[in-house]
Amino acid sequence: MINLETPRKFRPFIKQAHQVADEFLRANSRKYDLAEHAYPKELDLLASLVDGMGDSGQGQGAGAAAVRRDDETTDKASKVKNGTNMSSVLSVIEMCWADVGLLLSMPRQGLGNSAIASVASDEQLERFKGTWASMAITEPSFGSDSAAITTTAVKDGDAYVLNGEKIFVTAGERSDSVVVWATLDKKLGRAAIKSFLVPKDLPGIRVERLEHKLGIRSSDTAVIVLDDCRVPAENLLGNPEIDTKQGFAGAMATFDNTRPLVAGMAVGCARAALEDTRELLEQAGVVIDYDRPVQSQSYAAATFISMEADWEAALLMTLEAAWLADNRKPNSMEASMAKAKAGRVGNAITLRCVELAGTLGYSEHELIEKWSRDSKILDIFEGTQQIQQLIVARRLLNLTSSQLR
Amino acid sequence: MGIGLAVLNRIASSPTIDKLKLRKTTEKAVYEGARSGFRVAGATGRAFQRVKGSGRPARLARTSDSGVFDLNPTEDQEMIVGVIREFAAEVLRPGAGEAEDLNDTSKEVLGQTSEFGLTLLNIPESLGGLSEDRSAVTGVLVAEALAEGDMGQAVACLAPAAVATAISLWGSDAQQQTYLPAFAGDDIPSAALAVAEPRALFDPFDLATTATRTDAGLVLNGVKSGVVRGSEAELFVVAVDLEDRGPTLVIVESSTPGVTIEADPSMGLRAAGLSRLVLADVTIPVDAILGDGTDDDYRECIRLSRLAWAALALGTGRAVLDYVKDYVTTRHAFGEPIAHRQAVAFMVADIAIELEAMRLVTLKAASRAEQGLDFAREVALARRLAAEHGMKIGTDGVQLLGGHGFVKEHPVERWYRDLRAVGLMEGAVLV
Repeated sequence: MINLETPRKFRPFIKQAHQVADEFLRANSRKYDLAEHAYPKELDLLASLVDGMGDSGQGQGAGAAAVRRDDETTDKASKVKNGTNMSSVLSVIEMCWADVGLLLSMPRQGLGNSAIASVASDEQLERFKGTWASMAITEPSFGSDSAAITTTAVKDGDAYVLNGEKIFVTAGERSDSVVVWATLDKKLGRAAIKSFLVPKDLPGIRVERLEHKLGIRSSDTAVIVLDDCRVPAENLLGNPEIDTKQGFAGAMATFDNTRPLVAGMAVGCARAALEDTRELLEQAGVVIDYDRPVQSQSYAAATFISMEADWEAALLMTLEAAWLADNRKPNSMEASMAKAKAGRVGNAITLRCVELAGTLGYSEHELIEKWSRDSKILDIFEGTQQIQQLIVARRLLNLTSSQLR
Repeated sequence: MGIGLAVLNRIASSPTIDKLKLRKTTEKAVYEGARSGFRVAGATGRAFQRVKGSGRPARLARTSDSGVFDLNPTEDQEMIVGVIREFAAEVLRPGAGEAEDLNDTSKEVLGQTSEFGLTLLNIPESLGGLSEDRSAVTGVLVAEALAEGDMGQAVACLAPAAVATAISLWGSDAQQQTYLPAFAGDDIPSAALAVAEPRALFDPFDLATTATRTDAGLVLNGVKSGVVRGSEAELFVVAVDLEDRGPTLVIVESSTPGVTIEADPSMGLRAAGLSRLVLADVTIPVDAILGDGTDDDYRECIRLSRLAWAALALGTGRAVLDYVKDYVTTRHAFGEPIAHRQAVAFMVADIAIELEAMRLVTLKAASRAEQGLDFAREVALARRLAAEHGMKIGTDGVQLLGGHGFVKEHPVERWYRDLRAVGLMEGAVLV
């Protein structure tokens, strides 16, 4: 039965997540926006809370690892499931309503943790439990073109030796380990690209510097250098064989799970801006009426309804992508659609909110200006707007990457 | 028996789609000439046998909240939509050009949809209908499926259902007993829900059509627009500004003195035979006020109508998407299919993204409506998306075909004209 309301079983948990987000994240939002690179120590306590919830099974997928698609075959195959992908996305929305940068700095909840959850074997999952893993794909010479990886991994006895430079590593300084994407053999193309869990206490891996950014300043973005770094062979995530048939698919599977999360970040951030802007508009005497035609309402009211419409669409597309994953249906295209829609409307909404709120919105008195800076990255990382459109278009039109470049 | 089986049963016992014969071209020309500039008195309809109500009106129950986020339609809904999509593809789509030239939808097509039971979806079982529960979601899925074939004919087919739904949802017991049996019978009356008025910045909560109280009853004056197949309609539900009360729905039979219909051919939706309903000192009894005439009922009517328009945009948007997908992969320029260019491919991707966006918000509004939750906000948002992105889909559809999109050899120019209606129409259809 078609129903797009928040699942009943998650409602108490979302309420709780919202309170936590308000008290731990929103309360420290401006502080760490101004103190870029300072460690948000308040999050340590929160992270142990999340760990505790996860261990006791009450977390309902609050953590980054909840995107794992377990292989248990449900005997109630026909029954529709609202599972951990859905609850993860809902939780991310609440957290990013408070602060995107701080969510990205949550100990042990890195994108690397999502990657481990997506592709690691059960043995690896157990061995890497408790680590805080960041994700290192991008290099100075490429961004969107992940197949152009130049970081190398050469098998040497019971280890791989990694060499290369990684940039834009979110939580790269604060994390305990880094999931590094490297090629086993550049000549074999995409299929030879593998990911490795590299603990940061190994010799040969170092944080070179931290970036100064437009937004999400509370989250550290690191440059990481691998210099003859010997990584145990059993830290290669997934299948070590070079399967040219499977190509890039294995590595890319991570994105089907993480893109809805990033879409959720954009949805949460934009909701914050909409809520505060609505309050400011109402203080200024603007009436928003859902029944009267927008043509007959004030420009501000009409704009607000328009923004809210795009926001609602982004939210529902995000939930759709998560719902498909929970019900073991392919969601690559829907995940990209959600990321494309949420990324662009999240950015457009927050910027428009600044405009509507005038110098008040532009100033650091309010958080709206901050959200309009934070939202930009959400239309870039985990696949830019344009990459999402490429993915959607190729699927829709049934074109290969050599036909539609 | 579920709604789906009931509908299938009706279809099985009805003349098959193959029996539909299209009018000959000569007949068409004569007919069209007669239609485009008429001004006639209201159709002399049947005499509705007035029944004195005794008890409480029959009302459909709300569906219960499942508590689970779910995008799967029910089996019944899948069955109904499957049949209607086939009908839309086999009959409405191929007949769209001809219906447009006729400025009307053929009796055969209208008869066919009556046989499917479209008017019965929201009529309670106790009054000969098919439903026990509100099914706004089914209504959305049906409107979407019909419009995938052709929006103009879809509107014509749904117009009588809008009146039946209005009487079923808000009518008094007497009104239900008087009018609904006809909609559940074999010869379904033509009927129209008239809300819009021909002026800029029209607001359904600020009506120029008035109802004045006199000793003889209510006297109506004003002009309504966007009236579907007005010259054929035997029954109207009309939005008027009732003295001392404000916007209210009233039932007007077409044979009432003072009712005139003017053809109002518009840029699109031509198969819907859009007309104006001119009310000049039309006197109706006070008990022609639909139900209790409450503000809540009126608001719900406006919302459900906008929801139906959003649903229609989904179907036409889907038609555009499928058509351009095929076109851009087969049309060659500069030595390769134009789909190989990002400027083209990204436009198609955006059509798909915005269509999905519109669809989910529209479904959310519908599911809230049938669960009895407040859905004013969701309808406003769905309408916004349908108006903004729906029109964008229409214009991009033409753009992707270039000059070929501008000529009538391809249907995209019609979809462009039809999609413009969605953000501005009020009334006419309901889910």
